[in-house]
Amino acid sequence: MAEATTVEPTRRDFLYIATGAAAAVGAGAIAWPLISQMNPDASTLALASTEVDISSLAEGGIMTVKWRGKPVFVRHRTATEIKEAVATPLAQLPDPQADSARVKKPEWLIVIGVCTHLGCVPLGHQGDYEGWFCPCHGSHYDTSGRIRKGPAPRNLDVPDYQFVTDTKVRIG
Amino acid sequence: MSGPSTYVPKSAVGRWFESRLPIMGLMHSSFVTYPTPRNLNYFWAFGGILSLMLGVQIITGIVLVMHYTPHVDFAFSSVEHIMRDVNWGWFLRYTHANGASMFFVAVYIHMLRGLYYGSYKAPREVLWILGVIIFLLMMATAFMGYVLPWGQMSFWGATVITNLFSAIPVVGNAITTWLWGGYSVDNPTLNRFFSLHYLLPFMIAGIVILHIWALHVAGQNNPTGVEVKNVKRDTVPFTPYATIKDGFAMVVFLAFFSWFIFYVPNYLGHADNYIPANPLVTPSHIVPEWYFLPFYAILRAIPDKLGGVIAMFSSIAVLAFLPWLDTSRVRSANYRPVYQVFFWVFVACGIGLGYLGAMPAEGGYVIASRILTIYYFAFFLIIMPLLGLFETPKPLPASIADSVLPRGGSAGAVAAGAASAPQTK
Repeated sequence: MAEATTVEPTRRDFLYIATGAAAAVGAGAIAWPLISQMNPDASTLALASTEVDISSLAEGGIMTVKWRGKPVFVRHRTATEIKEAVATPLAQLPDPQADSARVKKPEWLIVIGVCTHLGCVPLGHQGDYEGWFCPCHGSHYDTSGRIRKGPAPRNLDVPDYQFVTDTKVRIG
Repeated sequence: MSGPSTYVPKSAVGRWFESRLPIMGLMHSSFVTYPTPRNLNYFWAFGGILSLMLGVQIITGIVLVMHYTPHVDFAFSSVEHIMRDVNWGWFLRYTHANGASMFFVAVYIHMLRGLYYGSYKAPREVLWILGVIIFLLMMATAFMGYVLPWGQMSFWGATVITNLFSAIPVVGNAITTWLWGGYSVDNPTLNRFFSLHYLLPFMIAGIVILHIWALHVAGQNNPTGVEVKNVKRDTVPFTPYATIKDGFAMVVFLAFFSWFIFYVPNYLGHADNYIPANPLVTPSHIVPEWYFLPFYAILRAIPDKLGGVIAMFSSIAVLAFLPWLDTSRVRSANYRPVYQVFFWVFVACGIGLGYLGAMPAEGGYVIASRILTIYYFAFFLIIMPLLGLFETPKPLPASIADSVLPRGGSAGAVAAGAASAPQTK
């Protein structure tokens, strides 16, 4: 090491770098399974979609069903609730989205019942906009499940769903 | 570790062993002859108390695991099984649950002690930062432990805290799913929290060893903040002086601890955690355990999700930068009349944030949280750097001995050592 004046890379330099690179790849290869095992496993991913019978849900009512371990709200909206949701100007919304983009049939609103702030389940028919109110940190949602006031950054998420029949919905 | 090693093994076996592994000598120089400043007050007993609490938590935790089942279907009932069926189970669980609270009582006093007497200042920066790491690990351990009984507060506390990570831009949701091992807090989450709750205390124990090592390199700070100048005059040996004093403080602390275990074991808990976890219903009012409340209040004070999360983590991270934020050349607040006022306002601010963290997030409570959050950060980021430049400290004593011994230095046994020092002042 006394004479370190060589400008040309030597074979030894190459060996050092190659060994280091192999060790880094090896460490990564070992770390990968250790990290990946924490992601959802096959049985969690295999959770099938849920079919919900909505015929018994009266106008104005909200039904909570469990999908992928989370609550999903099915809300049978009244004419006034629909009117309020449609009439709200987009400029008033922190996360602007038209009501029509959030429903497939105006009288049925289906949203994931998890507050987009920190994951609590909001309470129905409460809050300043008569939609939902999250008791944890005070987020107010309107009758379209859109955030109106409070710390939540986004509207309540709309899951993938389709009407199998007029009274049956498949979520997922 | 520093300190004069005067250990001489008495037996032949002792000498044989010591020449192969000098662990007895290390213990002797660290906990017997180790010089401690002679003016330490009872606030210096909390390091020992914290070590005791770590031991209590590890021992009660290990035996509780012998009866607990980490599964969403059985966790809640296995905790009730511990309470009702297991011999002394109620005692072990109440000790462990209240022990966590006592651990935080002690650590907050320990940290405020450091903040008041400037124990984080050079040459103790690494010692202080190791302490901040221990505090973070304690918070993680306590949080995951609270999830294990799988009551309503366990479940929803876990949901709220893990959702903090979803505030991270772009990868937030992927990280949250990874933490959960699913799409919500569920059995995989409970299992991994159990695993980590068992692991982290031993990591804490490891960092505690580094913390004590760093302490014994720099030496203890003391109420005057003046460094030891003359080991003979300014210090007394750890044993018997510090051991007996720490021992007495531990007994008093255990009496306080026992009052909670035997008289009000559920006072610091939350009644909702005796309701089994229900993923479809959030309790009307979620509160974390009392020791997290000030940070929770900071989280809720910011009307923006990412901003709130950043503020909350920053409120702890800022502690690590304290050695460089404080520009004062004087350590102890005893000689800093203006800092002293700001310090006590800071303590009141912390208690106020704790109160606000337990209140609903609405109206005046939010406004008050914002004001106190501003003070919390201003204390570290504005007051500390500027005050050191503008404040005129009181004169410091010439030495530790001068601050506690009668002038003239003829205090009995000490005089022999002190006689060599010129007593001209």
